[in-house]
Amino acid sequence: MATRSRAKKNSASMEELLNYYREMLQIRRFEEKAGQLYGMGLIGGFCHLYIGQEAVVVGLEATSKEGDQRITTYRDHGHMLACGMDPKGVMAELTGREGGYSKGKGGSMHMFSKEKEFYGGHGIVGANVPLGAGLAFANKYNGNDNVCYTYFGDGAANQGQVYEAFNMAALWKLPVIFVIENNQYAMGTSQKRSTSTPAIYTRGEAFGIPGEEVDGMDVLAVKAAGEKAVAHCRKGDGPYILEVKTYRYRGHSMSDPAKYRTREEVQKMREERDPIEAVRKLILDGNYASEDDLKAIDKEIKEIINDSADFAKESPEPALEELWTDVYAEELPQDDAA
Amino acid sequence: MATEILMPALSPTMEEGTLAKWMVKEGDTVSSGDILAEIETDKATMEFEAVDEGVIGKILIAEGTEGVKVNTPIAIIGEEGENMSAAETSAPAESSSESEETAEAPAPAQAKSPVQVKVPEEKDIPAGTEMKSTTVREALRDAMAEEMRRDDSVFVMGEEVAEYQGAYKVTQGLLDEFSDRRVIDTPITEHGFAGLGVGAAFAGLRPIVEFMTFNFAMQAIDQIINSAAKTLYMSGGQMGCPIVFRGPNGAAARVAAQHSQDYAAWYAHIPGMKVVQPYSAADAKGLLKSAIRDPNPVVFLENEILYGRSFDVPALDDYTVPLGKAKIWREGDDVTIVSFGIGMTYALEAADELAKEGISAEVIDLRTIRPMDTETVVKSIMKTNRCVTVEEGFPVCSIGNYLSATIMQEAFDYLDAPVINCTGKDVPMPYAANLEKLALTSTKEVMDAVKAVTYR
Repeated sequence: MATRSRAKKNSASMEELLNYYREMLQIRRFEEKAGQLYGMGLIGGFCHLYIGQEAVVVGLEATSKEGDQRITTYRDHGHMLACGMDPKGVMAELTGREGGYSKGKGGSMHMFSKEKEFYGGHGIVGANVPLGAGLAFANKYNGNDNVCYTYFGDGAANQGQVYEAFNMAALWKLPVIFVIENNQYAMGTSQKRSTSTPAIYTRGEAFGIPGEEVDGMDVLAVKAAGEKAVAHCRKGDGPYILEVKTYRYRGHSMSDPAKYRTREEVQKMREERDPIEAVRKLILDGNYASEDDLKAIDKEIKEIINDSADFAKESPEPALEELWTDVYAEELPQDDAA
Repeated sequence: MATEILMPALSPTMEEGTLAKWMVKEGDTVSSGDILAEIETDKATMEFEAVDEGVIGKILIAEGTEGVKVNTPIAIIGEEGENMSAAETSAPAESSSESEETAEAPAPAQAKSPVQVKVPEEKDIPAGTEMKSTTVREALRDAMAEEMRRDDSVFVMGEEVAEYQGAYKVTQGLLDEFSDRRVIDTPITEHGFAGLGVGAAFAGLRPIVEFMTFNFAMQAIDQIINSAAKTLYMSGGQMGCPIVFRGPNGAAARVAAQHSQDYAAWYAHIPGMKVVQPYSAADAKGLLKSAIRDPNPVVFLENEILYGRSFDVPALDDYTVPLGKAKIWREGDDVTIVSFGIGMTYALEAADELAKEGISAEVIDLRTIRPMDTETVVKSIMKTNRCVTVEEGFPVCSIGNYLSATIMQEAFDYLDAPVINCTGKDVPMPYAANLEKLALTSTKEVMDAVKAVTYR
């Protein structure tokens, strides 16, 4: 049942490729800027950058439709941008300002957008997996064909509650795609040192959940696998597991010196497998756009990111009264958004 | 030798039951494992098997008899050809030693024969409202059923809630009315299904997650606290979590350390969480309905020993009790006794006894632990000048501790004596009946505390 998938060679349209390029580049530039602002002391606490993993979320978002939900862990900035959340609101949350998605009260790891069906941003490793199954449960309960993309890492894949969620999702045929973003390191512990059997995509077999290993540095491969998974879920056939092999270029968080791997290992990935470079090459080789066209996109994104950074710096800190708000709801906030 | 067959205790909290049906008749030969009778407890109908082989000599309790006390002889079994009438006068040593063991089993809360508790009239209940005697168990079920009829987004999930009709029969009948779409049996995976419930609540559903007991909710406490209680704040008010976590909490009877603990103080510690612990059936119903409608996560702490107790419940179409409002059960002038949940049994009993000794106690049931109605408590202490708190939880960082600090801060000048906290003892719950009794608080402890603060 578990398979390794190989993407068919480039069948994507020009529009699609340019779109992936733009989306992935936006995440990368955003993260680079976030890293910079962190260094300047404008962002505090934990900050987990997504650089290197962009193809995972961009490829999967390309398979979603209106109404689908997504939920992830604390390495969440990329997911928010990919589902259409405003970079300004995300960056201002990183700086802990009033204009942030959570009014500055959530920070890097805890952001939400009911409008974009983005359910966080969760700081406890593995905890978002049953939550994702619960969102999928609501879809089934409400009788719609929406799917919940539930992202977690290779480290979280060892948490017990993940398997509790697998069991219930399979038992009740919940429309949930379990996306394991395997970047090969659970903080500083390599998969080899933490995981008894390396093929995580086979871990659903005991529950009857099909799984697939996907090249996460290839956005087209991710999209192809995502389409298959989504179709399975939408049809009512229950959950699906995608183990997406990816790589983060930066440390686990900003404070991680990444001594557990060699500089050469990182360099080799960047040079040989970079997901953005790969799409760039497809675009140029296929004559879909010129170097100048891509430069124009680069410039446009740079502006968006600079604007978001400016906004995040200028937005005031939350009013002191905000300390006491949003502890209890008077009315269910979801009702307003619906 | 002829032996008496005794009415068995078929659950930790069973005191009496109905002999629903005899499966044997006088003169039948039975062997070990044969089903003798069907016995109805407050939770279920159980088959009662023969332990020894022999001939049924005499049936002492007719089928259909209700309220048969545990350890009452219900039949006589003997060897073939034996004169069974002899058994009536002889008390076989073997069975009497067994009976002693079970007879002492009930926890202190049950030691008194069940009394019909009188609930004083409430302001929010219209005068002349018909009252119906209802068990706490039924009241909770009625609350869920009414809310499920009212709102399709309400569903209940947990271990054994559907086909088994509830491990403690609280969800009895719900599956039949609402189908398996809305009454959902889960695997034994508290962490997972609590998280799944929270996710469903994020999506706008209103889950009622039943924990078979709150002891097992410790497996799920991360989801309850980190995911359910904090998300509204972390999302800047965007993402509410309208969920109820409910189930029996606190000491049951003779189930020892891992199954006997009051979690009121644990959950009350958490901003973003509401915590309810009802005592009476009317409050159980009215508060659970409010909890289900509340847009916030609510931990609803029930008590197994109270499940079978009957109270008057207003026969109204939609009886709700607001969260965060304490209830004054009886007014008094000399001392304020503050309690909640099963602690109220000690508080009220003590108040009755103290009244005989001329001490007039005001008894307040907090009902909701968070948000706590300290205003009602402080106002009462301004009148009585003395306070005793009663709870079954551990003493360190207890609800009583918090109340004492609040009273000291807000009514220091009104106090004529230090506040005394009656709590469970600072030990894991022991199994032995005598030690268990000692580990819990008691009516006597409450009375002693009242006498200490009133200097009598």
